[in-house]
Parts: sequence; structure tokens; C-alpha cells
Amino acid sequence: MNGLDGTEKRGIKELGAEKLVGWDEVEQGVVINSFEGDATGVANVHAENRNYSDFNSYTATVASWRVIKPVYNRDYCIDCQNCWVWCPDSSIISRDKQMLGIDYDHCKGCQVCSEVCPTNPKSLLMFLEATENDEALAGWPEKKEKEK
Amino acid sequence: MAITSIKNLKEFSTNNDRFEGAHLLCPGCAHSMIVRELMNCTDDNLVIATNTGCLEVSTAVYPYTSWDTSWIHIGFENAATAAAGAEAMYKARKRKGTLKDPNAPVKFVAFGGDGSTYDIGFQWLSGAVERGHDFTYVCLDNENYANTGGQRSSATPIGSTTSTAQAGSHSYGKKEKKKDMVAIMAAHGAPYVAQLAPNKWKIMAKGFQKALETEGPCFINTVSACTTEWKFDPKDTIHITDLATDSLMFPIYEIIDGKELNILYRPKNIITVEEYLNAQGRYRHLFKPENRHVIEKIQKDVDEKWELLQRREEARV
Ligand SMILES: Cc1ncc(C[n+]2csc(CCOP(=O)(O)OP(=O)(O)O)c2C)c(N)n1
Ligand code: SF4
Ligand code: SF4
Ligand code: SF4
Ligand SMILES: [Mg+2]
Repeated sequence: MNGLDGTEKRGIKELGAEKLVGWDEVEQGVVINSFEGDATGVANVHAENRNYSDFNSYTATVASWRVIKPVYNRDYCIDCQNCWVWCPDSSIISRDKQMLGIDYDHCKGCQVCSEVCPTNPKSLLMFLEATENDEALAGWPEKKEKEK
Repeated sequence: MAITSIKNLKEFSTNNDRFEGAHLLCPGCAHSMIVRELMNCTDDNLVIATNTGCLEVSTAVYPYTSWDTSWIHIGFENAATAAAGAEAMYKARKRKGTLKDPNAPVKFVAFGGDGSTYDIGFQWLSGAVERGHDFTYVCLDNENYANTGGQRSSATPIGSTTSTAQAGSHSYGKKEKKKDMVAIMAAHGAPYVAQLAPNKWKIMAKGFQKALETEGPCFINTVSACTTEWKFDPKDTIHITDLATDSLMFPIYEIIDGKELNILYRPKNIITVEEYLNAQGRYRHLFKPENRHVIEKIQKDVDEKWELLQRREEARV
């Protein structure tokens, strides 16, 4: 192509386009599909039943970010769902109004869930990543008296 | 399907997330709390535009996407433009009869940071709202350009230290007041404008639903506590947001059709701004004797603003 001397024709045809297309006929650019196949109604499908594509970050993990991890103790949980609504990493698994546990592939160990858990003792507590969950549950603290 | 009603948190938790984990936002980042909640407020199809900033760069790191809906990434200033363009195209194609499923309910949403909303995308947002596109714009207001290392924006409050308005021996940080974006958007005559916060999840959910249901351009400023730049422990995101709403640094209210103002949250115990400021590293220098006057100024501004909001609510103007 020549330099910009002002006389040169630089319309879409000169650039090699066969025919002009309308605004609603333009080919799609780069598209990354979150799902394989039809994703209609995905809002009503649980994660475990979805057809995630390899591009969906659900198929990835950030577990290596964690230094500490939350451990869930069902014995004290009242299913209030505070942990669910405030987890920034979609890592609290709740089904049918019940808290089921933590998605350790996506949890970053931020401790927000433990902070917002209202039970006494808390139903979510933080432990070093290397601690076994059974061990953590065995040493769960007793109910704390209210500070005066 | 229509928008689900939200009675309580248990019921809300039956929603299936359409914002996926293994995004790369900092642990404890409020951006994702807000985005998750908006997407859980509706079962409708969503077309979401997000301009660059922490949210965008952390949720679309090739080869991954964290979005289970149609999602458009666009340049720093153009979240509103992209959402408006998509909405205009949708309407035109509906008219022409070229949509695959013309009856599928769809909502158009734009997410922008405060840097893009208050500063760099300001005129494009203003234009899209003035043209009356049917979309909801949500600003994730963390009061700084977090993604590029915490520069000041016009949403940064007076007295905050940022990488471009640093506190030191000659400065107490940013000298200028935070821009009142909610008032500016209400002045456009937008049918629904609000300021909401993720700690008040139910008020926020209702506000989001109202915005999504309202025809025309809606603007919502959300308080998004930023653990990295505000300098607090990631576990405290909700606690800090509680301090923000209870000190009235971030009053929670809506403005309908540019005039009808409703306060949506009245703290039972209003705390001092000092308590809020003291919980964050970005304000630590204000507690030096020579900077104390800035805290007094912030308190005065907050009191005046609260008074104004209450008067406007009462007078219905
Ligand atoms: C036109 C333009 N200017 C500057 C940048 C660099 N940039 C990318 S993200 C960002 C900061 C975003 O700040 P904000 O909108 O507040 O979002 P946050 O990261 O705080 O969520 C900047 C300055 C850019 N991408 N484009
Ligand atoms: S530690 Fe943080 S990321 Fe992990 S489950 Fe709790 S709130 Fe979610
Ligand atoms: S916050 Fe605590 S009590 Fe509430 S659902 Fe979660 S674990 Fe259970
Ligand atoms: S820098 Fe702030 S806004 Fe950005 S991801 Fe981290 S906590 Fe979130
Ligand atoms: Mg910002």
C-alpha cells in the first residue's frame, strides 16, 4: 500500500472486500464458549449437571493460592447461607437451602466465610492448608461464653 | 423465566451461580461478591459488557472465562457503549425478525470500575444514559484505579493516600472531595439510580432487581471494598463494608426518575467516620496530629450529606 498522500483510494473495496455487508451480517470475531453445545436455561442447572467447556474457569483451579483453608463443621451449622452469599469465589456449595461444603478447587482461603458465620462455635474455621480435615474437626473448639 | 423473588437468604441460595470460581481477583475482593449477586438476581439471559479494570482482567485470562452468560470485553471507557450497542442491535433484530428466539427474556448490563465510570468512561456513560438505552450500569466503586496500582480517581475520597496522591511530610493524600456520581446520574433523569453495598445483600438484591426490571437506563454505584488498595485483611471485607455503611461514608439510597429519593438503610447506631477510617491503611496518616483536621472535615461532609439526603427524602424532590 502507498503512503498517505491524500489521493490514494482507501475504501473497503480497495482493501479487498468482495462485497459490503450490513451491520447485522458481520461475522463474529473471537468467541470463547463457556459451554459445549446449547447453554439455554443454564441458570436453572446445577454446576454438576452443566456441560462446561475447557474454556470455563470452573474447570480450572486456584487451590494453590491457599495458605489457610476453611473447614466446615456440619454439627453447628444453621444453614443461614451467609457464607454462600459473601464467598467471593463461588466456593460454598449449597443445594436446596442447605450448606453442603466447600469447593476446594476454587476457594482461595480468604476467610470471609468464617468471619460471617454466626454460630457459636463457628461452623467454618480456618486451618493451615496441610491440616487434615478430620484432625481439624476432632479439635473443634467448644462454645465460647459471650465476652462481657 | 421472570426474575425470582427473594424472601430470605436460604431461598436466594438456591440460585445457580453464573459467575464461576478460579477467576483471579484477590482473595476477599468485593467485586466478585457484587457481580455474583447481580447475576443471581435473575434467571433471564444476560448480555454483560465489562471494560478493563480488575474485574475484566481477572475473569477473562486466556484460555479461561468465568462468565456463564454472553459477555463482552471492551476498552477502558466503553462498558456503557458496548451494552448500549448490543441493546440497540437486539431491538433492531427483533424488529427485523432475525433473532433466533425473540421471546427469550434478556437483560443488558455493564460493569465498570470507578476509574472508568467517574473519569475515563464518563462521557460515554452519560451519552448512553441520555439516549435512553434499556440497560443497567453497575459501577464497582473501590475508589481508585486498582488494576494499575492504586492511582487516584475522582471517586477517591479526600485524605486517602494513593500512588498518585501520596501522603507524606507535605501532603495528607488526596486534596479533593469525592465526585457525587449518584447525583450526576440522577440529574440525567435516569429512571432508577441507587447506591448499594454488598453487606446489605437483600437491599442490594432488590435494587439490582428493580434496575433490571425498569425500562430505560439505570445506574447503580456499589461500594466495593478493595483489600489490596484500602489496606485491610481480606477476611474483613464485609466488616469494612459494614463500617462504610454504618458511618454513612456510603449512605444507601435510591433516586427514582431523578427526583424521588428514598433512603434504603438507616443504621441503628451511626458510628463515627473515624472508626471507618481507622480500619484501613490508606487513611492511617490522618491520625497524626497535623492531619486530624481532615478527619473533622470528612465527618462534617458526611453529616451534611446525610442531612441533605434526609431532607430530600422528606420533601420528595
Ligand atoms: C484508555 C486507557 N487508559 C488506561 C488504561 C490502563 N488501565 C487499565 S485498568 C486501569 C484502572 C482501572 O480502574 P477502575 O476503572 O477503577 O477499575 P478497578 O481496577 O479499580 O476495578 C487502567 C488505568 C487502559 N486500559 N485504557
Ligand atoms: S475462604 Fe474465602 S474463598 Fe474460601 S470458601 Fe471461604 S469465603 Fe470462599
Ligand atoms: S455461615 Fe455458618 S451457619 Fe451459616 S450456612 Fe455457612 S457454615 Fe452454616
Ligand atoms: S486490587 Fe482490589 S479491586 Fe482489584 S482484585 Fe484486588 S481487591 Fe479486588
Ligand atoms: Mg477502581
